Amino acid sequence: MKPAVKRLIFFVVLIAFWELGSRFELWHETILPSPTSVYESLAAGFSDMTLIYDLAASFRRLAIGLLVALLIGTSLGILLARSKTADDTIGSMVLALQSVPSIVWLPLAMMWFGLGEGAIIFVVILGGTFVMTLNVRTGIKNVNPLYIKAARTMGSNGIDLFLKVVIPASVPYLVTGARLAWAFAWRALMAGELLSSGPGLGYTLRYASDFGNMSLVIGVMIIIGVVGAVVDQLIFQRIERNVLRRWGLET
Amino acid sequence: MFIEVKQLNKVYLDKDKKSNTVLHDIDLSIKKGEFVSILGPSGCGKSTLLSMIAGLVGATSGEIVVDEKKVVKPGKDRGMVFQEAALFPWMNVTENVMFPLRKEMSKKEGLDRARHFLQMVQLSNYANHYPHELSGGMQQRVSIARSLAMNPSVLLMDEPFGALDEQTRTRLHGQLEKIWIDTKKTIVFVTHSISESIKLSDRIIVMGTRPGTILTDIKVNIPRPREDHKKDVAELEEEIMGLLKTEIDKVVNEELAYEARS
Repeated sequence: MKPAVKRLIFFVVLIAFWELGSRFELWHETILPSPTSVYESLAAGFSDMTLIYDLAASFRRLAIGLLVALLIGTSLGILLARSKTADDTIGSMVLALQSVPSIVWLPLAMMWFGLGEGAIIFVVILGGTFVMTLNVRTGIKNVNPLYIKAARTMGSNGIDLFLKVVIPASVPYLVTGARLAWAFAWRALMAGELLSSGPGLGYTLRYASDFGNMSLVIGVMIIIGVVGAVVDQLIFQRIERNVLRRWGLET
Repeated sequence: MFIEVKQLNKVYLDKDKKSNTVLHDIDLSIKKGEFVSILGPSGCGKSTLLSMIAGLVGATSGEIVVDEKKVVKPGKDRGMVFQEAALFPWMNVTENVMFPLRKEMSKKEGLDRARHFLQMVQLSNYANHYPHELSGGMQQRVSIARSLAMNPSVLLMDEPFGALDEQTRTRLHGQLEKIWIDTKKTIVFVTHSISESIKLSDRIIVMGTRPGTILTDIKVNIPRPREDHKKDVAELEEEIMGLLKTEIDKVVNEELAYEARS
């Protein structure tokens, strides 16, 4: 049986049990709404466009935040890989910052940027930057020395060697860094929106929760999960696989 | 002389700041167009010597002159082929061969030149393949084409066929010999295989170990192709084997002594 078929059967059975449990009132509708009511609130949300606006607003913040995170992360990673002093000082700080969930910056961010877009985007940027930094640093430091030797015997050095050999050779790490940065940024975005003002998926989730609309809460959770899985599997993992195969790193 | 190595010494400092002489007073002259093998057991510094001619490793004392220019850094006048093909995986075969050419000629000229050398190593049909799609032997041929494409005055080869299987190696020996005859390049070929060195070279520099020194310099006066003169080849092989045996024993004894101590 194909994995896709197995997967389909699994989800059908899961939803069937969920629906049956609700029909026979094994649990109360307010505690765990049935799939039908989740579907209805999703359908309502999409038909009156509120969920569309939420998705658009969330993606906008994510796109800006992730782009800035990748730019800063790459530059910082290059700096750490090239300068021992920077690595010994800034590098240790990045390692510490990486282990702090970026959402804990939100109180400070709200003081600095107010309660709107700025604070959320700031948290998203922090979510993606450090993991990108560390991957770029590792990628550049792990370039096969043979490539560098070979390039030098072919007259390449300095900035040419860096741009034409070192950077392309570290692309597998850059891709992995970008994938992880996306994953961290997506989680940071949702956390930030939960605690901030709308529109946005996270905001709608909290709003629904405040009004006891558990079917919409579950609906938004499903959207968050589906978007996360689709972007990760269809975009990043596919790119990563292709890169690993071509770079000869596939096992 | 085309390549002059004069009073060359290389000393490394190991972990405990103990100095470790890798090469001791190496003197070597190589004529233009000569095919010279540097043969020795592992640890004799033969690869270090080659890297120093390439300009990748600096000397502790002494100097190397190639074509009347003192070697201070790597340059396109000295092409190097490593044991691993060292092709860039993000470029296809043609782009790899064009890599050293991109600054000195137009794209079209570079492409023509890449085609020419890919034909020389019989890989024209693989011009658009990526390195990971090629076998080890094919990758090494691309790497040879890449070095030849920049038209170096000398080709430095560091055990280029060491990682290949026997049949592929034999085929590549034939191809390399033909390329050498066609292009008249000077080739310095590092190997630990006695038969490989006899099969290919005009001269064999036999090196001893700890410290790396030149033991003898043997002229191979066997007509080519050497497959037709098996008896002469076998005699020379035996002679060199005898020379190297004492050297290999030296390495083994040292290692045994080291293990006994630790």
